Amino acid sequence: MASKGICDRVAIVGMGCTKFGEHWDRSASDLLVDAVQEAYGSAGIEPDNVDAYWLGTTGSGISGLTLSEPLKIQYKPVTRLENMCATGSEAMRNAAYAVASGAYDLVMAVGVEKLKDSGFSGLTGSAPPGDGTESGMTAPANFSLLAPAYAEKYGVDLETMRDVLTKIAYKNHYNGARNEKAQFQREVPVEKINSSPKIAGMLGIMDCSGVSDGAAAAVICRAEDAHKYNDNPIFIKALSFVAGPAEGAKRQDYDFTTFPEVVESARDAYEQAGIEDPREQISMAEVHDCFTPTELVLMEDLGFSPRGQAWKDTMDGRFDLHGDQPVNPDGGLKSFGHPIGASGLRMMYEMWLQLRGEAGERQIADPKVGLTHNLGGAPGRCVSFVSVVGL
Amino acid sequence: MSGIVRYGSYVPFNRIQRSAMGFGRGERAAASYDEDSASMAVEASREALRDLPDGAGVDTVVFASTSAPYTEKLNAATLQAATNLPKSVTALDFGGSSRAGLSALLAGLDMAASGRTVLVATSDVVVGAPSGPRESGGGDAAAAFVLGGGDPIARLIGRASCPEEVLDVWQSPGMPFAKQWEERFGASIFTPLLVDTFARALADAGVEASDLAKVVLDGTNARVFRGFMRPSGLAPAQLTDGLAGTVGRSGAAHAGLTLASALDGASAGDRIAVACVADGVDVAVFEVTEAIDEGRPKHSVASWVESKRDDLAYTTYLKWRDVLPFEPPRRPDPDRPAAPPMQRAERWKFGFLGSRCNRCGNTNLPPQRVCVVCQTSDDSTVEPYADSECRISTYTLDRLAYSLQPPVIGAVVDFDKGGRMLCQLTDVDPDKVAIGDELEMTFRRLYTAGGVHNYFWKARPRR
Repeated sequence: MASKGICDRVAIVGMGCTKFGEHWDRSASDLLVDAVQEAYGSAGIEPDNVDAYWLGTTGSGISGLTLSEPLKIQYKPVTRLENMCATGSEAMRNAAYAVASGAYDLVMAVGVEKLKDSGFSGLTGSAPPGDGTESGMTAPANFSLLAPAYAEKYGVDLETMRDVLTKIAYKNHYNGARNEKAQFQREVPVEKINSSPKIAGMLGIMDCSGVSDGAAAAVICRAEDAHKYNDNPIFIKALSFVAGPAEGAKRQDYDFTTFPEVVESARDAYEQAGIEDPREQISMAEVHDCFTPTELVLMEDLGFSPRGQAWKDTMDGRFDLHGDQPVNPDGGLKSFGHPIGASGLRMMYEMWLQLRGEAGERQIADPKVGLTHNLGGAPGRCVSFVSVVGL
Repeated sequence: MSGIVRYGSYVPFNRIQRSAMGFGRGERAAASYDEDSASMAVEASREALRDLPDGAGVDTVVFASTSAPYTEKLNAATLQAATNLPKSVTALDFGGSSRAGLSALLAGLDMAASGRTVLVATSDVVVGAPSGPRESGGGDAAAAFVLGGGDPIARLIGRASCPEEVLDVWQSPGMPFAKQWEERFGASIFTPLLVDTFARALADAGVEASDLAKVVLDGTNARVFRGFMRPSGLAPAQLTDGLAGTVGRSGAAHAGLTLASALDGASAGDRIAVACVADGVDVAVFEVTEAIDEGRPKHSVASWVESKRDDLAYTTYLKWRDVLPFEPPRRPDPDRPAAPPMQRAERWKFGFLGSRCNRCGNTNLPPQRVCVVCQTSDDSTVEPYADSECRISTYTLDRLAYSLQPPVIGAVVDFDKGGRMLCQLTDVDPDKVAIGDELEMTFRRLYTAGGVHNYFWKARPRR
């Protein structure tokens, strides 16, 4: 059994994305209006043209009214959904399948998150009433388990491991410094990354993604209609989504050096898209660098590096903006920021710019195939999304 | 005749130097931020029950404390659930006096004499006004006893009691700390009462003062004992160490704790008298039997006393006891656990029972309806884990998570008999944690939210 996929049957014909950051002056509604109107303009359409909407947000609103009310959407279907940090990608996946089914002709996927109104550090969630037996560990703590486990398994000393993590943060900030929509638009010196206050395990503040507000939107239609709206559409080659059985936290054979959910979603996506050698065939990728060791492990789970080699590829500059396989050219979660529900669509926004040659200073030479990867949860207990897009 | 079948003690890991509190010498034991009198009672009870198969037929559970976590809600029910004793037990809370521990022990022995098998757990977290004698002289600890007929390790051979309506130590609702009247006054009342009650107990036992191998004296007012020894015909050599310099007086638990300490060093034939003076007097006289050598717990009181970290800061101590307000982390307060989910999860949350798949044998923590390995559903047996040995597979220090003692140490814990869980470590120096460290499970109060104490298990380095 496998996904049959919708390779080349669905196109993205317009996108919008707000600047991510601390928008003290803007509500979730304001951010939605900004992103959606930019996407309308990008596709050259009026609100009336859109048949249905998918809105992803983890906690900035409930129901489709979160979108229809601020935008005054006129009695259309709006689905609100959540799939942890992969929420934005999940909105896009469902919207794409809706047009592929023929139920609608033109749809929009939107993601938003307003994190900075809580007054708390890091992410906060509202869990259902519980029995009080959860571990109580935060996201950085859960992901920090990856670094020593990887170092141990592949014989990387902890000093070198620190350099690898720093390199990932440095690279993503370097890229974000060339992006006017990123939360952090400054390069960060290596020494500052190395000495940032510790949050969890080996991880300092500079190993963590930015907590921010933002929204992003995509206009999606069937491939045969794409040129009605846009001369330079991009096409979806694969969409894969996997929810794991969360066995890593329960089985002693899980070693915290991989995300089996990512491996499976990548395998599925490559099959849908006909990718046989991701290291060679994927021109660029936006991946879920929620914490620096996550990006390291993802390079191997996505097949960009052989097992145990991603740390070398990282240090060798393979994933740099002008390396052989640029990863997170827009700055990633680290530098662009991570408003949960918006991040998956923000990743796609960079593919949209890069594939259409609109990425300015960050432009990668002649990219053909891009990948976005979005993850939610924690090592051993997560959901994973992979898309492949191209021209 | 009834007696003590098994006993156990518990002294928490942390000590604070009295010099840091500006009052007195030596050190006192301090319950950690995640402990209270109920959780410590569970630890002492596990010691007492450890080698007894299936709870040894315990049909009565008694919890005695002056610092019960709940003023309304049966604390003995928490004790029953966390020790996996049968639901059919009679469960009672004793309190109201620092003598409640020894009174509960005597009441339990009466019940045992009528054929019941009784677990009595005495436990206290003693909090005094800052810089006062109760704060520095107090200590936190627990002791538990399984009482019954049969073949006890120590038989009750005599006893006597009396109450006294006197204003000595008192705390009424709304008072943050107990107060005590001038000690010279208390001594003038209690010394003659103790002399009389002690003599009645010896007469009841049919023994002379010189027949006693050990005498355990406990009470809220040490001055009481100054004029007691000579009229009672006792010699200083008969007195046991009151643990004042190492633990501090642990309220309603202290008579039990010092009795446990005396039993640790007792031989068959020893007669031991234990007296507690608070709001009156209780005296019990025991005769140790040949069964003592088979009945000692895994941990002696001395071993608990030696296993410690002794540099607790005074401000940290005050924070733990909710005496000193402090800046909370910029994180949401923990959610109050909800009653129905706690009820459904009782066997996991309190009893720490996992499941073992009948098809593939895999162990699942928490218990799962569908096996995580073979996906067989609804075909498993209960697998107890509270006394299972485990070790650190990997761990991290979480400096962001809410805790009264950051950083939270989160560990992936693998059990020697199979099964894994992610849980917090406690009683551990963050700088000394290492992968592979051997751990054991301990019952703790994770936090309190909305007046609800959230109990669950943590792992600690083996003590």
